[in-house]
Amino acid sequence: MNQPATLTDAYLDLAGSVTRTPDQVKRSRNLGIAYFVLAVVTLFVFARGDGGTSTFGLGGDSTFGVPSIPLAWICAVSFAALGGVQISRGTGRWQSALIAAAALLFVFTLMAWAAAGKQFSLTGTLHDALKASTPLVFGALGGIMCERSGIINIAIEGLLLAGAFTSAVVGSVVNIWVGILAAMVVSGLLALMLAWLAIRFHVDQVIVGFAINFFVLGVTSFIDSRVLTRNPEYNGTGTISQWKVPGLHRLPIVGPILFEQTFYVYVALGLVAFIAWALFKTKWGLQTRAVGEHPTAAGTLGIDVLRRRYINVTLAGAISGFGGSWWTADVGRFNENITNGRGFIALAVVLVGRHHPVGALMAALVFGFADALALKFSFLNTGIPSEFLELAPFLVTLVVVASVGRGARVPAALGQPYEEQ
Amino acid sequence: MELELRGITKRFPGVVANDDVNLTIRSGEVLALVGENGAGKSTLMNILYGLYHADEGQIYVDGEPVTFESPGDAIAAGIGMVHQHFMLVPVFTVAENVVLGVEPTGPLGRLDRAKAHDQVEEISAQYGLHLDPEALIEQLPVGIQQRVEILKVLFRDAKIVVFDEPTAVLTPQEIEEFFKIVESLKASGRGIVFITHKLTEALRIADRISVLRRGQTVGEADPAEIDEVALAEMMVGRPVQLVVDKEPAQPRDATLQVRDLHVVDPTGRTLVDHVDFTVHAGEIVGVAGVQGNGQTELVEALTGLREILGGSVQVDGVDLTDSSPREVHQAAVAHIPEDRQRSGLVGAFTVAENMVLTRYHDDQFSDGIRMDWDTARSTATTLVEQYDVRTPSIATPAGTLSGGNQQKVIVARELSRDLRLVIASQPTRGVDVGSIEYIHAQVVLARDAGAAVLVVSTELDEVMALADRVLVMYRGRIVADLARDETTHNEVGLYMAGAKQQEPA
Repeated sequence: MNQPATLTDAYLDLAGSVTRTPDQVKRSRNLGIAYFVLAVVTLFVFARGDGGTSTFGLGGDSTFGVPSIPLAWICAVSFAALGGVQISRGTGRWQSALIAAAALLFVFTLMAWAAAGKQFSLTGTLHDALKASTPLVFGALGGIMCERSGIINIAIEGLLLAGAFTSAVVGSVVNIWVGILAAMVVSGLLALMLAWLAIRFHVDQVIVGFAINFFVLGVTSFIDSRVLTRNPEYNGTGTISQWKVPGLHRLPIVGPILFEQTFYVYVALGLVAFIAWALFKTKWGLQTRAVGEHPTAAGTLGIDVLRRRYINVTLAGAISGFGGSWWTADVGRFNENITNGRGFIALAVVLVGRHHPVGALMAALVFGFADALALKFSFLNTGIPSEFLELAPFLVTLVVVASVGRGARVPAALGQPYEEQ
Repeated sequence: MELELRGITKRFPGVVANDDVNLTIRSGEVLALVGENGAGKSTLMNILYGLYHADEGQIYVDGEPVTFESPGDAIAAGIGMVHQHFMLVPVFTVAENVVLGVEPTGPLGRLDRAKAHDQVEEISAQYGLHLDPEALIEQLPVGIQQRVEILKVLFRDAKIVVFDEPTAVLTPQEIEEFFKIVESLKASGRGIVFITHKLTEALRIADRISVLRRGQTVGEADPAEIDEVALAEMMVGRPVQLVVDKEPAQPRDATLQVRDLHVVDPTGRTLVDHVDFTVHAGEIVGVAGVQGNGQTELVEALTGLREILGGSVQVDGVDLTDSSPREVHQAAVAHIPEDRQRSGLVGAFTVAENMVLTRYHDDQFSDGIRMDWDTARSTATTLVEQYDVRTPSIATPAGTLSGGNQQKVIVARELSRDLRLVIASQPTRGVDVGSIEYIHAQVVLARDAGAAVLVVSTELDEVMALADRVLVMYRGRIVADLARDETTHNEVGLYMAGAKQQEPA
């Protein structure tokens, strides 16, 4: 390597000491252009108008204020600088960290702009973000359980919707807890059907998944319009209220975000930790991953590949069913297509989270945050059309998957039928 | 322990893979099972391992009839198998792969990693395998991966160990190491089955040799009393030419000139590392190397299938750097690709269609947008005859032919024109002896007709048999350029293993 001319060069050489392929150079350039576009957007949207001080609430009476216009300028200038470096030199191994930092800065600028001259409860929004991400976490955990054993799970949306529907109806007739249990059973059985068609008959797993999605959407919508609307006694469970964790909910900032939630949030966090542990620290996890990566290797060691897949896919369905009941507990009833595409976002969560429960939790929080922010903005009179705000979570999904999903490594045998000789 | 296979018959649609096969394996001996590709060796061993079920016949362990429903049953009976294609999970560590299925566990099914680590280390030390239990499989060279497979078998305390073509991926020195391990397994009282088509190795290591031909056991041989020629004849069923018949090369002008060629993968990792070489008209240059040292990528770069990051490729002065495969073809370059099913043929297309795959757009075969199938078919008929392709008809899908005949279709298509350069990658992989002889003769013929020939093969025997000059690739670089007559298997092996390097000239 040539002698670095300046300290900056030396530093950048360190950052990108691997040969950059033409493809990488091109991607680096595109990323740089994206930074510039964001700089321009920031300048022309967020740095204009009257601005004012945005007051961010941190729970209770504590607040802090940020002047929105200067912040927008800082943001625009940093993005322009970042774009310049990205295009000319690339940012090497700092690239991901810088993208994350830039995204945070951009979101903060966006919030300051929306809340200029007003109050904006930061803790409230984060509380809502965590809440909105909960069903995504369950959907994604179902996806991970399934796909780690080698079966593609496109059916998360259908499994969530079936869970929502079943918990609402059974919950109305008996009680919500039995409803939740029934949701797990029904979605578990649907997933078992997916496994059966995929494993026994080698039907294309993507197609089976979509079939399940449309089947569930059709059946639940039909019953909803023909039966439930006329018999409201079958569709009204009441909601499950929040449970403040004694003591912990008094903690500043963290308390109102984390410890004033429904039990779904606590179960979700617990399940993330448990499945992460189980996948990587137990016999079950080792065999599951082996079956998803190299089923013949597992098979030649006497592991029953198909049985493992059946069990995992069914469990995945039960988890998704439980996640579906979140809507019932939240709204207190079932509405047509109540999941509204969240199962597809969960699919993105699985991919972006690299098929790891903790990664999925992180990704789900990002999408949940987009959801919560969109909701918040609709109250703040930002002038953004409400249709666009509804679109926002999907837009975020698109951008995140397009930029992060690229390098995602999926289980090597994903989607390949396993033939027992 | 004594294992006996009696009257084993296994039929697949259209073929009898094993026809009344009898075999006995005893503890403390090495039995070599030799036979051509497609003779039924692997099928037989898969039956023994519980992966296939025999249609007829019975397996006996120490005289007792047994049935293996799954590999689990075979493992429980003390049978272990090292498969030709390693059964290792690439993203797992050595220890994880070894204990998979028989994991030491604590409460709640928690993996006892410390125990697994210790057990693996203990067996590794006991048999001199030198394995790091925490190493990731995907980062290990194939020779080491094979030891992991052996460790897996030992971990399950197998009494009979089956090796399916174990030396195919090893350098000559690694083969020596492997034989030492086999000897130590034998000394520990285990029975070894060594499946191979390499007769010298069978003669070298076996106590007994069993020969399989077209699904039948055609005889047993004592390695002390039989030589390679007689064994080859037994295996093929007719006298076999073991050496390639060719005159000394008459190299002329430089045809292929590769300068400073640099190829990287999408993540920027170097695959072909600034390679320089020349192939002259009228000579065969062989590229030797252990699989995965950049040979595949080198050939792909030369034939327009892979992007070139730096350097140049010239054929008779014409620059072909980053040309399309069609431009390469039109520069009178033939390419016999390493994987006939992936990039050599379209399996679902007929023999005739495959014969014109590279030339269908020529005026000869098409008239504007319309294909002239009559000409294509008559050309195919001629080629099938000329190149001895055994096919029911030219309308037969190419994918249904045997490996040797599929390869002959490609050879016919690629070599049946005036050529400046022939690039042949693994030209005889998975091909019967008859076809090997034939394909080798065709390659020599192309040389004698004045073409420059580049043969890439991971079978060192093939390189040594065909080449006039030998290049050795190691980690993406050419580490040796040797005249065939002045080098030995052993020397090339040292270069292949990276143990030796020539100073750049």
